[in-house]
Amino acid sequence: MNRYTKRTFALETLMIAVGIVFAFPVYVLVNLAIRQPSDTSSPIRPTMSPTFANFTGAWREAGLGGALINSVLVTVVSVTIVLAVSALAAYPLARSAARWSRTTFLVIMLGLVLPFQLASLPLYQTVRDLGLLGSVWSLVLFYSGLQVPFTTFLYVGFLRALPRDFEEAASIDGATPFTTFRYVVLPMLKPITVTALVLNAVAVWNDFFTPLLYLSGSDQQTVPVAVAGFVGQFVSDWNLIFAALIISIIPVLAVYLALQRSIINGFAGGLKG
Amino acid sequence: MTPPWWFTLPALLLFAFVVLIPSGRGVYYAFTDWDGLDPDFAFIGLRNFTDMLGDEDAVQAIWHTVLIAVAITVIQNGIGLLLALGVNSMIKTRNLLRVLLFAPAVVTPIVTAYLWRNLLGPDGAVNAVLGPWGRDWLGDPGLALWMIVVVVVWQFAGYSMVIFLAGLQSIPREIYEAAAIDGTGALRRFWSIVRPLLAPAITINLMLSIIGGIKLFDQVYALTGGGPGHATDTISTLIYKDAFTLGEFGYSIALAVVLTIIVAIASAAQYTFLSRNEKAAS
Repeated sequence: MNRYTKRTFALETLMIAVGIVFAFPVYVLVNLAIRQPSDTSSPIRPTMSPTFANFTGAWREAGLGGALINSVLVTVVSVTIVLAVSALAAYPLARSAARWSRTTFLVIMLGLVLPFQLASLPLYQTVRDLGLLGSVWSLVLFYSGLQVPFTTFLYVGFLRALPRDFEEAASIDGATPFTTFRYVVLPMLKPITVTALVLNAVAVWNDFFTPLLYLSGSDQQTVPVAVAGFVGQFVSDWNLIFAALIISIIPVLAVYLALQRSIINGFAGGLKG
Repeated sequence: MTPPWWFTLPALLLFAFVVLIPSGRGVYYAFTDWDGLDPDFAFIGLRNFTDMLGDEDAVQAIWHTVLIAVAITVIQNGIGLLLALGVNSMIKTRNLLRVLLFAPAVVTPIVTAYLWRNLLGPDGAVNAVLGPWGRDWLGDPGLALWMIVVVVVWQFAGYSMVIFLAGLQSIPREIYEAAAIDGTGALRRFWSIVRPLLAPAITINLMLSIIGGIKLFDQVYALTGGGPGHATDTISTLIYKDAFTLGEFGYSIALAVVLTIIVAIASAAQYTFLSRNEKAAS
């Protein structure tokens, strides 16, 4: 079972073939992004005279610089808020068996079932009346609330499995509840915080529906809406569009490749939560 | 000593402002003819819902939504499980393949969908590979819906794989080896030993893919825009179109209520079925 047999070799060959099929779209993506518009040969033929012009053109036209800054800002601020408020809320929710605690937990868990589509239209009206339509700060507010149920769910599940001994020792020593939370509970939550951070950051960064609704027609864009706007504008100029797609995914792929172990474990980590 | 209740306040306020209160107002608007702007609107009872039954586009969209969700759930998890079994072996490329196969799952769905719109186009790479077997994948009403499923599965099969893999790796090696020594066949070993121990991974995977499938929006928006005609419209794309291009906010929110009910039914069914399954396994 632990030896590299003929069957292992057959499996290896098969899996590599599967890997190539999965990676094929990426080959075409790069192949067309470096191609001159005048080159109309088959999209799978390797590009012989590559050019970088599509990238400079896409960068100039798509406003991706500003969109990247907005996406980073929205993701960092809203994920920080979500993690902070959810961890704080999870502490009493996991530790108290009182009726208010169980009821509050159930109400928040209702959010796991409610699709955002239901809240999105009434919110549209509220945001318009508040004059926040077209502002990235409205997105920060939304994600801070939208991601609460899932994040709280992860924290409460994790915290319930942890012993109370350290917290009790701290409170006997005269620590206030907040001090206990900050210096005793929060450090113990680190493993699940990594999971929650990864899942929330990916969800917020990639979200398209929310900014499509609330940022449409404004000059403040996040990466997904900037890309969609660019495709709408340059309809069939695929060399340029593909260059823009590559620019938009480079930051994500760079972070993924640098932190692949934590990120993959983060995604799988919900399993233990 | 239990921590004070007000620790829950910041989370609760944000949740109430963004989700709970607007959802509650949404349910109310579903029974009105609100157009999104006019503060004067009428309470019209169940008319939005009865209109929906006579609206061919809406009925079709509900059907597409269910079909897409089921197809994605079955195919994505089937492939994800096979990939996990393949990677959870002695092959030398297992780490490389794990990183490669999972990569699409972190990339923005709208971006991968635009990539695929070109790949599946009449002059796209897929047809270039298939030659005489090429088709108008996204322009054919009978095929377009399945292409959306293909794109989603390509992107998220690696996600299912990673969760199955975590489940597989939590199974102690000795259990396999004991069964192998006993002469149990590979299929039998999988069905009676691996499958029950994988129950938590199966639960999470099915939950994620079915709810993701029901709410699907980005891929449909980018690949087909709901077309050709309305052949690939889902509830989510119809909500968007009815509200923002037709100004029928009340009707659109009624569709969102239907979406909520479908998500709730799917969650409840899975919860009942899978918790029984997990109990039987332990």
